[in-house]
Amino acid sequence: MNDFTYVRASDVEAAVSLLAEQPAAAARFLAGGTNLVDLMREGVERPEVLVDITRAPMAEVQELPDGGLRIGAMVRNSHLAGHPLVRQRYPLLSQAILHGASAQLRNMATTGGNIMQRTRCCYFYDISSQCNKRTHGSGCDAMNGYNRMHAVLGTSAHCIAAHPSDMCVAMAALDAKVNVRGRAGERTIAFGEFHLLPSDTPQVETSLAAGELITSIDLPAPTAGLRSIYRKVRDRASYAFALVAVAAAIRMENGVMSEVRLALGGLATKPWRATIAEQLLWGAAPSPGLFAKAAEAELAPAVVRSGNAFKPELAKRTIEAVLAEITATEGDLQ
Amino acid sequence: MFHNVRQFNGYQFLTLSSRKLSRLSEEAQEKAHLRSGRSKNIETRRPNLHLRGMVFELHSLSLRVNGVEKTLDIEARVSLLDALRDHLHLTGTKKGCNQGACGACTVLVDGERINSCLALAMQYEGREIRTIEGLANGELHPLQQAFIEHDGFQCGYCTPGQICSAVGMLFEFAAGAPSAVTKEGGKLELTDAELRERMSGNLCRCGAYVGIREAILQAQEVMAR
Repeated sequence: MNDFTYVRASDVEAAVSLLAEQPAAAARFLAGGTNLVDLMREGVERPEVLVDITRAPMAEVQELPDGGLRIGAMVRNSHLAGHPLVRQRYPLLSQAILHGASAQLRNMATTGGNIMQRTRCCYFYDISSQCNKRTHGSGCDAMNGYNRMHAVLGTSAHCIAAHPSDMCVAMAALDAKVNVRGRAGERTIAFGEFHLLPSDTPQVETSLAAGELITSIDLPAPTAGLRSIYRKVRDRASYAFALVAVAAAIRMENGVMSEVRLALGGLATKPWRATIAEQLLWGAAPSPGLFAKAAEAELAPAVVRSGNAFKPELAKRTIEAVLAEITATEGDLQ
Repeated sequence: MFHNVRQFNGYQFLTLSSRKLSRLSEEAQEKAHLRSGRSKNIETRRPNLHLRGMVFELHSLSLRVNGVEKTLDIEARVSLLDALRDHLHLTGTKKGCNQGACGACTVLVDGERINSCLALAMQYEGREIRTIEGLANGELHPLQQAFIEHDGFQCGYCTPGQICSAVGMLFEFAAGAPSAVTKEGGKLELTDAELRERMSGNLCRCGAYVGIREAILQAQEVMAR
């Protein structure tokens, strides 16, 4: 691990001021450390200054006047997943978080840190490999290498690295908003616009400006009667990254799906809101044929490589199974 | 010049190629102080060490481990795991993968289990840290006793992490924390599925899982009495 200057900030303003003093590439905020410390040990991240925000007061979950929830950026993943209001109103989010990492890591990892975590692409992690995300323009060893875990949606000719988060898949489905603070003040970024597709600039992963800090996440008030499922398909039963993950929340009214929220993990270069499928499902009566059509349409743009050609079919089957289960009547579920 | 030499002892002295002393100017720190309107918003303490023509920035850090306050001078990049093992000589906590994958380094912080390999020691000042050395209280902790009785190990390398993790897990379980396999609305029971899921962050390369499972179930009963 490279040497660095460690600075502790005890509030948001001090943290933002401190980071703003540094060249963009030279400084990082340090929260739970589960990803950043690992990346520093591998030499992928080599910050000259670490601004520790562990003690900045951002660890509260508050109810918003509109019935939504504001989640502080420093709320630990385990605390968020176990929070009574989250379990009650946003079980999809609780479930998604609990499907990620291990209990130890969830006790350390924070909400803001989870959103900022980097891909686990093995070539990104190995500094002797070519990676456009690490070194822009150097090439991508994943294209014709080990790419079983890689993305099939939202890829570009420069990067096929999958976004690793489970929590973010649920947040994409729930239309979360990211509140950030920088030197220029505060602003709010829609979750779908926070993470960027790799396109020609895979090294630019989020719409955060240099020096901006995530302070909290807002969840809009949940619709009554929404039923949700988070299903993660992986190589072992627990503690593994997703091959495919499906987050779905649907409200049934008079025999039709009056609200449909569908997002995918493990498949794309960013937390993937399945808008194509949603459009086909919204307002329609559930049927196996429709589910297959919606899944087919969502995966139609998929671009596969040698190792991940199984993913579109696995994704379609998982989507169909989740939609069938979620729209089944109480009797069917027994 | 040393570069990327990984060592256990003296780790903090051997991994440097060169040293830039604090990129953060005194002026920048002062400005941040003023803007925040508080006197102690930013802390940097530097009892520097001069060695072979290089300057190493050390921090005077106070850690509370197993109920005892210890002060140590370390570099900021020292993990909590290395601070415990190499500086405080509490070698019960083990270094397995050093990347948060195996759980051998699990310790308890304010009663919650974490991977000490991914924690920088600096971040844990003022927190209540408990390691395997601090579990027994005159007699063995019920989990330590149960691991012995049920052969919850073969080589024993993962055992301190398994036991600390199980202590944290049983606490989480008793507090009603959900897991990925918990059904909302039902009664929380430590079924096989729950136990496997909740302990999945600790790997045992000898495959002593059957004994580990039996030990945890026995300890849960003993601790509930």
